[in-house]
Amino acid sequence: MSTLALAWEQFRFERKLFWRNPSAAFFNFLLPLILLVLVATAFAGDAEDLDVLIPGIAAMGVVATTFTALAFNLTMLREDGVLKRIRGTPMPAGAYLAGLVGSAVLNAFLQVALVVSIGSLVYGVDWPHDPALLLLFTALGVLCFGSLGVAFAHAIPNQESAPAYTNAVFLPLLFISGVFYSSDNLPTALEAVAEALPLKHLVDGFSEAIVGGSLDVAGAAAVVAVWALAGLFLAVRWFRWE
Amino acid sequence: MPAIEVEDLRKSYGPVEAVRGLSFTVSRGEVFGLLGPNGAGKTTTVEILEGYRERSAGEVRVLGRDPEERTRELQERIGIVLQSCGFYPRVTVREAVEHFAKAYAKPRDPRETIALVGLDEKADARTKELSGGQRRRLDLALALVGDPELVFLDEPTTGFDPAARRTAWGVVRTLKELGKTVLLTTHYLDEAQELADRVAIVKDGRIVAEGPPGQIGPGSAAYRVSYVSEGRRVEHQTDDPTELLHRLTRDALARGERLHGLEVTRPTLEEVYLQLTAEGE
Repeated sequence: MSTLALAWEQFRFERKLFWRNPSAAFFNFLLPLILLVLVATAFAGDAEDLDVLIPGIAAMGVVATTFTALAFNLTMLREDGVLKRIRGTPMPAGAYLAGLVGSAVLNAFLQVALVVSIGSLVYGVDWPHDPALLLLFTALGVLCFGSLGVAFAHAIPNQESAPAYTNAVFLPLLFISGVFYSSDNLPTALEAVAEALPLKHLVDGFSEAIVGGSLDVAGAAAVVAVWALAGLFLAVRWFRWE
Repeated sequence: MPAIEVEDLRKSYGPVEAVRGLSFTVSRGEVFGLLGPNGAGKTTTVEILEGYRERSAGEVRVLGRDPEERTRELQERIGIVLQSCGFYPRVTVREAVEHFAKAYAKPRDPRETIALVGLDEKADARTKELSGGQRRRLDLALALVGDPELVFLDEPTTGFDPAARRTAWGVVRTLKELGKTVLLTTHYLDEAQELADRVAIVKDGRIVAEGPPGQIGPGSAAYRVSYVSEGRRVEHQTDDPTELLHRLTRDALARGERLHGLEVTRPTLEEVYLQLTAEGE
């Protein structure tokens, strides 16, 4: 089988595995949606709040399905010795990783579509003003947070600490990046941190694509792209089979 | 061309030299055993041959190729059973074997491979439901599904109950009958004795003895002659039992004594092994 065909086989296999793992399916798909409903019900009374919340949760979905899921899964696969086993077969490394990462990428796109649909159908937020921009930012976000997730797996020493490590990054990042509320009121120092990190810019890009509002999308795209390049570099440099 | 050629292989991890100049050759169709205590350098050696590690010095050829290059062509011709290795937890035995078969150009039939290792009854069980011995059999199935010419077995029966060991030994014999070459590491002497055509005893990164398990000797005192005299067992060690026996029996006849319980034995592999691996400790 060609490398491409093997990547496709691995992708299909990963899809099968994903749906057999209820906790992964929960954390990847249900948790962002539950947060969406809870935050919308508790805090977001008016349309203005929802215009912030929908792009925010969509961006959170991208991070959960790529960064968190890949860092977590790769740590498991590495520590269980599954990666080492695969390394001993003729399966090309590129085909294996393409299948694995491809599955996470599909989850990210599904998540964004799901959040935007619920926002529109349930909460009356407009359908995206600029679907092409939404697609572009989803692709950039996936590249950025996917590669950072692969790179971050390197820093996680073992399976037991994987949830702690990923959440230590994920949760603070959510709160400073304007996922649940507008980040305009953050203290200057925190805002500077958020500006330097990619999630706030992904939220801005989604916000512009979904509700519009003349944000600086080029600048936002540039920051996410720079992080994506850094992530790719580190992912390749740090990847470990065992 | 031999299946494996290793010439003065060395591997250092920082200041620690795990392998210190190993040389051996494994012929096609041979079952070769690397025997030695934990930490002797067996696994490091095998992982260099499998393409997992880069050597520090020396020459290595596996099926005529340098395993460090990790060509897909070579990986298709070898099968690897690692010491401890996980599975995808939420797939069945059949799904795992079928999935791994896809990476090979000419795989063995997955169903037949599962039968070969004796897992037919567990074919539809999820991998996490398997017992330790059954997991090891699945390891074997995944290594064999590519129909490799050369199979690496790194401590294949560690943690097995006696029945599972017998099954695994049966599989290794089957591999030999199929004409496969097998490189086996083990610290079980009976396993090496039972399965290997030749063994090399490794200690501190060096080979201290090599040969067929029945003939391997520490170099001196290869025979032991013993008998019972005046209620006590008397034992002599010699390289020349003919001469010794002649002398002993001549003296006994001259005294008019019978040498009761006279035995000429070779030291067992276990005795040789213990003697060789205990030196310097």
